[in-house]
Amino acid sequence: MTGDDTKHLPLEDIHVAAGARFGAFAGWSMPLTYPAGVMKEHLHTREHAGLFDISHMKLFEVSGPEAVAMLNRACPLDAGALEVSQSKLSFFLNEAGGILDDLIVTRLGDIRFMVVANAGNAVADEKHLRALAADFDAKVEPLDRVFLAIQGPEAWAALSRAGIETGSLLFMHGVEPRQNWFMSRSGYTGEDGFEIGLPEADARDLVAKLLGDERVLWIGLAARDSLRLEAGLCLHGQDITPETDPASAGLMWAIPKEIRATGAFIGADALRAAVERGPAQKRVGLKPDGRQPVRAGAALFDVDGNPAGHVTSGGFGPSAGHPVAMGYVATPLGKPGTRVFADVRGTRIPVDINSLPFTPHRYRKG
Amino acid sequence: MATTYFTEDHEWLRVEGGIATVGITDYAQEQLGDLVFVELPATGKKLAKGDTAVVVESVKAASDVYAPVDGEITEANGTLSSDPSLVNSAATGAGWLWKMKLADESQLAGLMDEAAYKAHIG
Repeated sequence: MTGDDTKHLPLEDIHVAAGARFGAFAGWSMPLTYPAGVMKEHLHTREHAGLFDISHMKLFEVSGPEAVAMLNRACPLDAGALEVSQSKLSFFLNEAGGILDDLIVTRLGDIRFMVVANAGNAVADEKHLRALAADFDAKVEPLDRVFLAIQGPEAWAALSRAGIETGSLLFMHGVEPRQNWFMSRSGYTGEDGFEIGLPEADARDLVAKLLGDERVLWIGLAARDSLRLEAGLCLHGQDITPETDPASAGLMWAIPKEIRATGAFIGADALRAAVERGPAQKRVGLKPDGRQPVRAGAALFDVDGNPAGHVTSGGFGPSAGHPVAMGYVATPLGKPGTRVFADVRGTRIPVDINSLPFTPHRYRKG
Repeated sequence: MATTYFTEDHEWLRVEGGIATVGITDYAQEQLGDLVFVELPATGKKLAKGDTAVVVESVKAASDVYAPVDGEITEANGTLSSDPSLVNSAATGAGWLWKMKLADESQLAGLMDEAAYKAHIG
């Protein structure tokens, strides 16, 4: 189509052949569902192994003598304290402490790091990183890779059958098992699993091997969303935005104590002030009473009908077996079990604050 | 003898004795994916053509189903409250959504027959 800037996955032909239905996400044409459908895809991932093409996400290699100093400026992170192969969730913040993006930073070597960024923010992230790199003896290299995720209790076994041993790799660690490969034990489902960045030719070979294993199914973006929502994981642009800071998002656990106190990262002063004030709102899990889903954007009210917050993500949780949602409520209402009401097309649906995740995480931590 | 009509919004109507049974087509349920909730209308509710009659909710999104003609709801398919997936598995049968008494049968002339609908979805 003329004038269409939609980006296409390098493996799009494989998804077409697999019968994927496509939809637009963050400027990409992405597989939303495959013939199995979102429900089966979701449950299959929790029971066996789901294969996701997440090549819309961006990998950046940051390297150089001052790579640590640069990342410590870019993120509320102690990059120098990371062991080689250790990964950490972190953020790019703006000067107001708002979250520009959430990322995973992995130490590949003494002065080499991998940064994995969200699709929707990849262009802005690259600009941000390059601007910072100008102030440091460090280099930013966006990598041209296919990025696959394989998630679920049988992910490791399927990889093993495909010739990739993952044995000693633990949750939130990443390595370079082959030339131009990056493999981390991480994901966006709450299950044990892996994310692998690799050259296209290698990816085609790996995908063919994995799909030859009856335990592995392609999983689309629709199930990726329901899986991450059940797991209580944030989607940037919905649950966290440049208007939310890590304190109200309940993500301060990702920021080491010393860094909170003395870190010189962008947004440090604003974040310290926000922590001192105490966030007015808090990110919470929301469990609608009954079967009707409550969606992003729905307004929340307290029992007296006063505005209480809003829903940022919502849908149905196939494993939970009931609707699940996430949103922000006034801090005093944030305790699990507190009842609020969501406005759905003019009807007030009772919703209970629920602890996150809805489905227990099953990470391989040791 | 019932006559079946189709709309551009991917609904079907089976009309018999001035009452239309309305549902969504197989094509529509495939596009929507697995349904998890159907918001049904109250019996006796009067609808004008184009009004939202039912909201069907998939895992991911909520979609309106419009009244294809003017009329009054005579029955909603209550089975869908406990098993919304019937719309996926039997869109043109047990997964019907509502029945309505037609206010103006001449509106049916503007709808498609099955052959025209098949051409419409290509």
